[in-house]
Amino acid sequence: MTMAPAPRQPPFRPLASLWRALSGGTGWKGIAGQLAFASLLAWLAFDVVTNAQDNLRAQHIASGFGFLSGTAGFSVNQALIRYSEADTYLRVFEVGLLNTLLVSIIGIVFATLIGFAVALGRLSQNWLLARLSGGYVEVIRNLPLLFQLLFWYLAVLAALPVPRQSLSIFGIAFLNNRGFVVPHIVPQQGAGVFVVAILAAIVASLIMAAYARRQLYRNGERLRVWPFALALLAGFPLLGTVLFGAPVVFDVPVLRGFNFAGGTRVTPEFVALAIALSTYTAAFIAEIVRGGLLAVPKGQMEAGASLGLPRSVILRLVIIPQAMRLILPPLTNQYLNLTKNSSLAVAIGYPDLFSVFAGTTLSQTGQAVEVIAMTMAVYLAISLVTSALMNVYGWHIDRSQRV
Amino acid sequence: MNGSEPTFVRKTLAPARKAPVVTTGLIGFLRTRLFNSPLNVVLTFASAVLAWFVLEPTIRFLLVNAVWQGSDRTACLADKAGHPVGACWPFIQAKFTQLIYGFYPEDQRWRANLTFALAALLLAPLLVPKIPGKTLNAALFFLAFPCLAFFLLRGGGLDGFAFYWLAELFSVAWKPSLMRFWLDFSLTTTVVIAVVILLWGGWPNGRRAGLVSALTFAGIAVVIVTLRLDQGGLPVVDTRQWGGLLVTLVVSITGIVASMPIGIALALGRTSRIPLLRIFSVAFIEFWRGVPLITVLFFATYMLPLFLPGDFTIDALVRVLVGIALFAGAYNAEVIRGGLLAIPRGQREAANALGLSYWKTTGLIVLPQALRHVIPALVNSFIALFKDTTLVLIVSLFDLLGQLRAAFADPTWATPTTLFTGFAFTGIIYWVGCFAMSRYSLFVERRLNAHRQT
Repeated sequence: MTMAPAPRQPPFRPLASLWRALSGGTGWKGIAGQLAFASLLAWLAFDVVTNAQDNLRAQHIASGFGFLSGTAGFSVNQALIRYSEADTYLRVFEVGLLNTLLVSIIGIVFATLIGFAVALGRLSQNWLLARLSGGYVEVIRNLPLLFQLLFWYLAVLAALPVPRQSLSIFGIAFLNNRGFVVPHIVPQQGAGVFVVAILAAIVASLIMAAYARRQLYRNGERLRVWPFALALLAGFPLLGTVLFGAPVVFDVPVLRGFNFAGGTRVTPEFVALAIALSTYTAAFIAEIVRGGLLAVPKGQMEAGASLGLPRSVILRLVIIPQAMRLILPPLTNQYLNLTKNSSLAVAIGYPDLFSVFAGTTLSQTGQAVEVIAMTMAVYLAISLVTSALMNVYGWHIDRSQRV
Repeated sequence: MNGSEPTFVRKTLAPARKAPVVTTGLIGFLRTRLFNSPLNVVLTFASAVLAWFVLEPTIRFLLVNAVWQGSDRTACLADKAGHPVGACWPFIQAKFTQLIYGFYPEDQRWRANLTFALAALLLAPLLVPKIPGKTLNAALFFLAFPCLAFFLLRGGGLDGFAFYWLAELFSVAWKPSLMRFWLDFSLTTTVVIAVVILLWGGWPNGRRAGLVSALTFAGIAVVIVTLRLDQGGLPVVDTRQWGGLLVTLVVSITGIVASMPIGIALALGRTSRIPLLRIFSVAFIEFWRGVPLITVLFFATYMLPLFLPGDFTIDALVRVLVGIALFAGAYNAEVIRGGLLAIPRGQREAANALGLSYWKTTGLIVLPQALRHVIPALVNSFIALFKDTTLVLIVSLFDLLGQLRAAFADPTWATPTTLFTGFAFTGIIYWVGCFAMSRYSLFVERRLNAHRQT
């Protein structure tokens, strides 16, 4: 019997390894090249900074972030937090940031819904539906987003009737050329209880679902959860309402004279931006979802069918979990794109971060360097944090697939 | 019954089975793809209704109810036309030259046309895989054409060559004259050819490279003589007069051409083993990819001038082009890096084993394969770039969309359907451009994957 020789370890020489890492395995040449590159960058940075200082001095602009505490003096037609013309530029920044987040979140929700629906339509057996969905994707994807945004804003929304002849949606919401008037929700006394009741119902349903899953794995016993969850979700809030009174009152808009009284007016800028962003991104999401579903090997579906599972169960338990792994990273990318694209709001005057800060604030104060740096930093932070999270997710998936 | 008779013999023929359901032909198609289940019947009807409500008004608007002739807005009003009015095509006819050229002077438009024609002439053979001479073709399109287009579109001439610039750099007085120009040109040519031959390894080895550079300079001389660049060239057309489709194409083609070397350099930097290069490339790529294009355009418009010396002004269009090139370069870098990573390591190792240097390995072995792999993805990023050129209207450049917006403001054409007509026309241009590119990308992808299809 022969012993396998023990594998020889490379000699431990930390300095040599460090040297190799620093020089990139190219020796003195690499180090010298890097030093030259670093000095070039340093010279460029120095040049840029001195030029900027000279130019700013010539234009009598004081650099620094002091301008943020100055009074803005302009109004913003949509603010989620209290804002008036007497507020500071910092407040403008916050208002804009919140508006960006609002339109992005709404856009993401609708883009996901439309995108998944179109993807399923495109994969459907139904020839006509598949063609229609394909047509949607091809038309929307091949037109510039700004074009679509201007189309919705300048052509479609402006062609809507005046408030007196608004398009009525069941008499509670009204669409006209000044925007979309929806009922305003006024919270009442029971609102807190209502929210707590809903949360409690959700938590209870989640616990039930977890219990059902454990029973399934342990005893192979299939428990039906959804009727109970539905009952809880409807019952708890109803009980709360009966005991503590209605949670909210809807302030339905009423036409008075030439405009509507009551209700909340969603500006046409917001409507146009939300429609354009969600329909545009939906076309890309649809293709991602379709690609993900098609990438799951056909054998998975056939194996499920040979076990006697119905198609819906195969989709839910076999196909979609595998497809999700492929779909999620590019989907996140699309969400990021949507958020970045929301800066196109400046073209139609929706007061998002870019429009009120890099637009109005920049032109009022002239603080180009600070304003653009802050705006870029916000978008950069959003995308870097998201990609970091995606990396963690990818690492997690990688580990869970390892045997 | 005597029991001896076999009971299993059938006395009569069994009734004929029904013919199987047809699954081919039109009937079969209807049965299997449209009406095979109650749900599908509902879906079919819903889709049909939807399709009708989308297609019917579109066709009615674009063709049936359209007004084809007229000289001002009255032709497109319902009472004048006598029927509900759809598209108002006279509006497009009236604004056509603006939408294509902007305010490019009428007597100089042949220059824009010539540039378009040259671009088409150089691009078409580049796209067809069967046509040989791709290296020369690519060099002409990516290097020679942009320089030529600059002098054609903008106009103006050259004062001198390398020695003139050197003289200017060291503030030596140099009075331009025709003789000095050609002296400078021939000196520059000689020096460049000599340097090229030396770099390619002395006389016998560098012969070919020297010949190529000599031919290049001969080509440059021909262009100089034809466009009279030595005598002031064509009249200058300021970029503020450019507009419409011209600007859209200039921005997108410059973006495509300039983003390629940036993308390749960044991709090589990111895959390099040298730490500083890698860190720099990663930071650069992630920065540009993390911010929206508008912030880049604002950066180029408002911040770039601050970073340059005070007496140095750059054209608004050039500023935007710089921003777009950097932005597109970062996106291309990621695409190209994907291609570099897809090349098996053995390729590089085999080249190393043959004793090729890093640059020869990269330039002759790895990059050609990597770039061929990523052509479809690159075309997709060019589509995105083409669509993104519309954003220049936000920094007050009048591209096709910007020019359209300007045309809407004209009160002589203010009718209820002007807006829709304008959007229909420009939409068709954008759509055809993007759709053609996406089909081309699919075509190349199929060609590349031909060996995988069974």
